[in-house]
Amino acid sequence: MSEPSYDHQVDRSHMQVSDEIAIQISQMNKWYGQFHVLRDINLTVHRGERIVIAGPSGSGKSTMIRCINRLEEHQSGKIIVDGIELTSDLKNIDKVRSEVGMVFQHFNLFPHLTILENLTLAPIWVRKVPKREAEETAMYYLEKVKIPEQAQKYPGQLSGGQQQRVAIARSLCMKPKIMLFDEPTSALDPEMIKEVLDTMIQLAEEGMTMLCVAHEMGFAQAVANRVIFMADGQIVEQNNPHDFFRNPQSERTKQFLSQILGH
Amino acid sequence: MSDTSFVRTEMLAPRPAPVSQVGAIKWMRENLFSGPLNTALTVFGLLATVWLVQAAAPWLLHGVWNANSLTECRAIIAERWGPEATGACWAVIRVRWNQFLFGFYPVDQYWRLFVTFAGLFLALAPVLFDALPRKLIWGTLLYPLAAFWLLWGGPIWGPVSVLAGFAILGLLFTALAPKLGVPVSAGIGLVVAALFWLYAAAPIEAALQSALPLALPEVDSDQFGGFLLALVIGVTAIVVSLPLGILLALGRQSDMLIVKSLSVGIIEFVRGVPLITLLFTASLLLQYFLPPGTNFDLILRVVILVTLFAAAYIAEVIRGGLAALPRGQYEAADALGLDYWQAQRLIIMPQALKISIPGIVSSFIGLFKDTTLVAFVGLFDPLKGISNVVRSDMAWKGTYWEPYIFVALIFFLFNFSMSRYSMYLERKLKRDHR
Repeated sequence: MSEPSYDHQVDRSHMQVSDEIAIQISQMNKWYGQFHVLRDINLTVHRGERIVIAGPSGSGKSTMIRCINRLEEHQSGKIIVDGIELTSDLKNIDKVRSEVGMVFQHFNLFPHLTILENLTLAPIWVRKVPKREAEETAMYYLEKVKIPEQAQKYPGQLSGGQQQRVAIARSLCMKPKIMLFDEPTSALDPEMIKEVLDTMIQLAEEGMTMLCVAHEMGFAQAVANRVIFMADGQIVEQNNPHDFFRNPQSERTKQFLSQILGH
Repeated sequence: MSDTSFVRTEMLAPRPAPVSQVGAIKWMRENLFSGPLNTALTVFGLLATVWLVQAAAPWLLHGVWNANSLTECRAIIAERWGPEATGACWAVIRVRWNQFLFGFYPVDQYWRLFVTFAGLFLALAPVLFDALPRKLIWGTLLYPLAAFWLLWGGPIWGPVSVLAGFAILGLLFTALAPKLGVPVSAGIGLVVAALFWLYAAAPIEAALQSALPLALPEVDSDQFGGFLLALVIGVTAIVVSLPLGILLALGRQSDMLIVKSLSVGIIEFVRGVPLITLLFTASLLLQYFLPPGTNFDLILRVVILVTLFAAAYIAEVIRGGLAALPRGQYEAADALGLDYWQAQRLIIMPQALKISIPGIVSSFIGLFKDTTLVAFVGLFDPLKGISNVVRSDMAWKGTYWEPYIFVALIFFLFNFSMSRYSMYLERKLKRDHR
């Protein structure tokens, strides 16, 4: 795989990991019926961390990050996000969701609304921000993802890469403390992957706490402070990217890395 | 020499398509004469059309508009076109025009119907066309009560107290919703409003009426008929069944067991029995279940059951629309922190309803035509009820086709406009640019 190298262009001055805990997952388990998808997950994420989660398909990586904003329910163990424990209490769930941004593989923009309306909807209805102010914020983030001129168009008129950048901007408009990325570039054409990754790198440079399920190992090397390898619903190995790629410990990791980097 | 390598040295200019591949000739060849079977069918179709026109044209062309009875009609036709000629007697429509439209509504009160009908268009306009100012919606919300008062008459204080009940409901809801959530505050509002209507409304109405008597002459439900009746039932049922259908569709998808089983029960029961059964229930059985002495208007009962009937179908149509939405839309709404009702109102329903427009409008058209079934419970629908009344007059005995054709034409006009409007709406809402 010919990975673009980002190392030379990443500004690390604001990437600082604090002692403050953003997400704490302890002994978390999840089943789909009888199928044990997530097994004894323990994970502590500090504010400012950039974590890339890798692993073969079906290893539970997406399911794990979807548990963090309760798109999936866990059956045992504890998940505490930003000091709030996720239980079946709907109020807490909505509170966590408004603090945690999520970017999906298939963008999931609202096709019946313009780009601007996509961005202002949640601030207006969830945060009760006045419309004018919400639109100003939206334009600010559209500038940031470099597509302010698309504000009045509908999602169907944009390219995949542009749609994904809109989706990132939509999450940012809620001023989230944590961002989750669920395979954000997997549905994109190769030439569009870079524009989305550039946006994510920019976010990382600003010190955002990020968890990304991703297959771009170049991206992981450039911005992640930790890479987590999952297989069969378990965290198999985690390390800083330098050691993770050059000196993997477990057999599963070695095998996985040889498969994705080998060709 | 290798044929895998090729370099174009000169770009080609566009050329016109061959004559046999464009225009009317191409169309005829492809659509009418593309093979022996299709050629035969085309010839057969032409012959059948010619035969039909030949059979029907004289009858339609010989039509008589000015006459006072069928016998007179026949005399005029015989005089003009010869003793063997046949012809339509449209005079029956002309003479009985008012009855076809308004049934037995008192003639001196017709102005009320015109006001109501004109008001209907004013009330519908802001709903149908979003270019109009949004504030007009308030007029639309008041219209049903105004229309009820105009049509049935009586003291104005009846509708006013109904309105007061809704005002109580609205105030309680807006005050409580932020604290207690949508379902609970809506429930409390409904209970208080119902208590108001049951116990407080009647004395207040009486007091107001004695203080300020404002009333229109009352018109009984059995004086309604013709297209007035069809429109009253049709429009009310259409307007109410859509929100009810949405609620039933959502209820069917709910995680809450009682809500879900209630919705499934209503939908399956109502869809499972013929509409006529429900209408008989409306006219006969419902009276037994109500407390003795309550006079529950027959049209109102019919409207309620027709609405319920349509709502069950619409619920299923909308369920189809909901199923067509990708899961990602729900997840994106959830991930942004929207609550259930916000997600439904802002994200899910606008898309699901758009997908369901053709099905919903089909249900509406079916419902409007089904209003003719009220003939079975003794109401004077335009098709059977009024036509029979007209034919029972000795002067018009024997006019068979004319009333039916006329009524069919009017129904067609209404339904065709609904269908056209729905196509306009679909085009307007087409935003996915696929």
